[in-house]
Amino acid sequence: MTQYGFHFDGTRCTGCKTCVLACKDKNNLPSEINYRNVQEYGGGTWTADAAGCWSHDTFTYHVSVACNHCEFPVCLGKCPQGAIQKDDETGRVWSDPEKCIGCGTCAMACPYGAPKVDKEQMKSVKCDMCADRVAEGKQPICVEACPLRALDFGDIDELRATYGDLAEIAPLPAASETTPCLVITAPAAAKPAGDASGTVVNESEIC
Amino acid sequence: MTNHEEMALSRRTFVKGSALAGLGAAAVGTTSLFGCAPATEGGEDLAATGEGAAPADEKIVWTHCHVNCGGACVLQCHVADDEITYVESDNTGDASFGGFQARACLRGRSIRRWINGADRLNYPMRRVAGTKRGDGQYEQISWDEALDTIAAEFKRITETYGNESVFVQECSGVEQNVMMNNPFFRLFNLCGGVVTRYGNYSNGALTFGAQPFTYGGGWGKRSYKTLEEGELVVLFGNAPCDTRMAGDGHGYDLSVAIEQKGVRVICIDPRRSEIATNHDVEWIPIMPGTDAALVAGIAHELIAADLVDVDFLHTYCVGYDEETLPEGAPANSSYYAYVMGTGYDMVEKTPAWAAAITKIPEARIIQLAHEIGEAKPCFIVQGWGPQRRTNGETAARAIALLPQLVGQVGKPSTNSGLREGNGGFELPSLPTGDNPIEVKFPNYLWPEAIRDGQKLTALNAGIQGGDALPAPIKMMINYGNNMPANQNGDINTTTDILRDESLCEFIVCYDVVMTDSANYADIILPDLTPQETWTLSTQGENNDSKGIWFGQPTTSAKFERREVYEVCADLAERLGVADEYTDGGKTREDWCRALYEEWRAENPQAPTWEEGLAMGIYKEDIEVENDTDPFIEDPEANPLETATGKIQVYAPELAEMAATWELPEGDVIMPIPAYVPGFNGPDAATEAYPLHFTGYHTKAHTHSSYANNQIIQDAHRHNVWVNPLDAEERGIKNGDTVRVFNEQGEILIEARVTDRIMPGVAAIPQGSWHSADMNGDRVDKGGCINTLTSRHCTPVAKATGQHTFIGQIAKA
Repeated sequence: MTQYGFHFDGTRCTGCKTCVLACKDKNNLPSEINYRNVQEYGGGTWTADAAGCWSHDTFTYHVSVACNHCEFPVCLGKCPQGAIQKDDETGRVWSDPEKCIGCGTCAMACPYGAPKVDKEQMKSVKCDMCADRVAEGKQPICVEACPLRALDFGDIDELRATYGDLAEIAPLPAASETTPCLVITAPAAAKPAGDASGTVVNESEIC
Repeated sequence: MTNHEEMALSRRTFVKGSALAGLGAAAVGTTSLFGCAPATEGGEDLAATGEGAAPADEKIVWTHCHVNCGGACVLQCHVADDEITYVESDNTGDASFGGFQARACLRGRSIRRWINGADRLNYPMRRVAGTKRGDGQYEQISWDEALDTIAAEFKRITETYGNESVFVQECSGVEQNVMMNNPFFRLFNLCGGVVTRYGNYSNGALTFGAQPFTYGGGWGKRSYKTLEEGELVVLFGNAPCDTRMAGDGHGYDLSVAIEQKGVRVICIDPRRSEIATNHDVEWIPIMPGTDAALVAGIAHELIAADLVDVDFLHTYCVGYDEETLPEGAPANSSYYAYVMGTGYDMVEKTPAWAAAITKIPEARIIQLAHEIGEAKPCFIVQGWGPQRRTNGETAARAIALLPQLVGQVGKPSTNSGLREGNGGFELPSLPTGDNPIEVKFPNYLWPEAIRDGQKLTALNAGIQGGDALPAPIKMMINYGNNMPANQNGDINTTTDILRDESLCEFIVCYDVVMTDSANYADIILPDLTPQETWTLSTQGENNDSKGIWFGQPTTSAKFERREVYEVCADLAERLGVADEYTDGGKTREDWCRALYEEWRAENPQAPTWEEGLAMGIYKEDIEVENDTDPFIEDPEANPLETATGKIQVYAPELAEMAATWELPEGDVIMPIPAYVPGFNGPDAATEAYPLHFTGYHTKAHTHSSYANNQIIQDAHRHNVWVNPLDAEERGIKNGDTVRVFNEQGEILIEARVTDRIMPGVAAIPQGSWHSADMNGDRVDKGGCINTLTSRHCTPVAKATGQHTFIGQIAKA
């Protein structure tokens, strides 16, 4: 078995969301369903001096994340229908539409917000690692789309060997919750998971 | 909240047979999915077996994105059943970080939904008799009737008012290909010509009002690919990761230099742009419009610390100090005198003086001066933000002065202080023939050219090629642009001018979508997108890369949409110049082939036309030019194309303009790049309008192109950036709908409460679609920035100052 996963290079990302839109184009997703999201995390303070000039210690950075096809996917354990499975050969976490009733338990359970309920079909949907492309020897479309080459995909062991073991920064949850198949290269301004000094300022763009 | 909601098509209409493609892919996955070997960037093969899911009749058609972002990214369109199913981009060649792939941004990646959008124009239309322009009442007519009307009106208007009364707008929406709006010029030049414009909305003040009087042309520009290990880059109002997003764009090039060369970047901007988010880049917030004050304060510290390269200034420049002032310049008119308090205003430009204006702490200005003064080489570069303000020329010239002060221009790995440089292939475009009419007016002033006509003179409005405009504009062709009611400053004033049919008597709008501007046309024509016809482009015009993109029609032409070259050929038939226009019967495809072959005659290494069509794209590695400039090697033998042949800190041409031109009260032209606040500038805030605003370019659309593609607008929502301190004062929370208003008008827009904008300043992206009841309250629910901008132009180039306005924000 090869467990596949993603690498996100937080030092390269510019928050453009080409990854999000390439995914939405290829998967024909409507506005209200994203398989990949880019969160903008920011905070800090402003200080005026006697002359009215501004100093600041503000920070902003983006984190692009899709389904992490976790080693211990909580969506799988919580699904009342037993619809969610983990593929033996690739580690891909997927929902069987024959069993899924679209109850949304998986969407509620996932700390990354990866599964969505397609309300037209009443089925759970999410990133499938672009299984069709990977089968053709290509990278997932988000990876190939990124203008800054900030995403990579492959054998998670190899990704970890290349990029390290970091799998959590704010505003993502602690990796211990699900053991995501995700490797992060942290941006310079990155805060640790659980950090409360900033907020996700683009909640309305995440779905 | 916008007028785009009407286009919320069911996605089921977009693609046949893949109603739930994500689910469909999952459904096949009960067995092993993974086929042959996807390669990671490191080159490792991934295992597995399986099959791809492409429809059997699917084909790939290569084309490109064509709008005026400065790029022109490759689109590999997957097409089935005469519809694009999805888009890939450039995945050829080196995919590693630093390699050359013209990867499209989110806009190009979303192009099929734009092509299939609900507000595509499908038929020729005419304004319903008895309605006024702006009322939005149109009825379908035949192409014959539309073209007969246009030809008849062209004849009537040119016979009545002369060819000088016909104007063809710029075509930002179809800027990136060999055709552009050239067919109209080619046609009209065969029929006596038209009045033309100079300047542009992008960089009018810099290119036409600053650069010629500083360097005499685009001298001294270098690309980010010339940067050295560990070099200091200082960006002024330059957001390369926002405005140059392509996979071969400047944002990419600078990001590669940051990672691979350890380049250090300082970003001076009222807003934290994307170069300063994830990248390890310092952001110094600056009050918009005060760049020249910052430069003066830095200059003072450079002088105090003996960091000025006086030898460079004496050898290559005029007007830094009294001993190099050009002949005729009065005493104490040098930049040194200005900084040290003996100049025209007798004020010493200490860092403390600059701090009070720029809102940058004095200590940071002093430190910045030392960082710039001690860095060799140093790369100083501005974007087009600072110059798109009402003091644009002097701001642009001041930033360009910084590298001059420290001798960091014309040498390897330096820059002019204006925009960064680039290189690439250059294709010829459709030849337009000769225009017998020489008079030109500044681009921004077309509404005034309609309203005031001959009152626009060389001295009060920058008319070139004559003392005054010979006639008002009586006929206007808006092809591929959204100027009338969206992109030009002060929509309420501009559309009042357009509604008066006694002024401009005939307006044609020819576009792919029903813009609000089209509501001011008498005849509307439906265009094909460049992805639906033959096209040819180089790499992005602003990218430092070398490529040719071959574009074929991705699908058949739907409805009655027709492309511009053929339509102008039909007009040429009606105007009796068909043979000359078509050069004996050439089609659009013929021209693309002919223009390519003309280019290939100089580039014999390139593929033939047929080979190129099969390849889709052709790329070459660029050779970075980084030698010391001949002017630096020998300034006497290789003078610049300025009045003095040198770099002009003091520009005698500007001194002459200052003495002779008629300027609006408060406007100033300075021969040296002194700080002047400009109309509605940093000193203009009032109790009623306490906030300073700046426009900027968002990632959700290119100008107004694609701003109707809702899927992108939902990913990057249209909002006004408000600092948390200003938001708290007004009881505004992130996501609230707010009113933004000033003397020009009022918009409704979402608030983004963010630390990415400095206190006292708010930022609104330009390009969102105007949507207002123009017979009612005129409140713009589309949140278009130009409901709030003014008609006040820059003093020298008469270019747009649309980034400058003051106003107030209140919870709606």
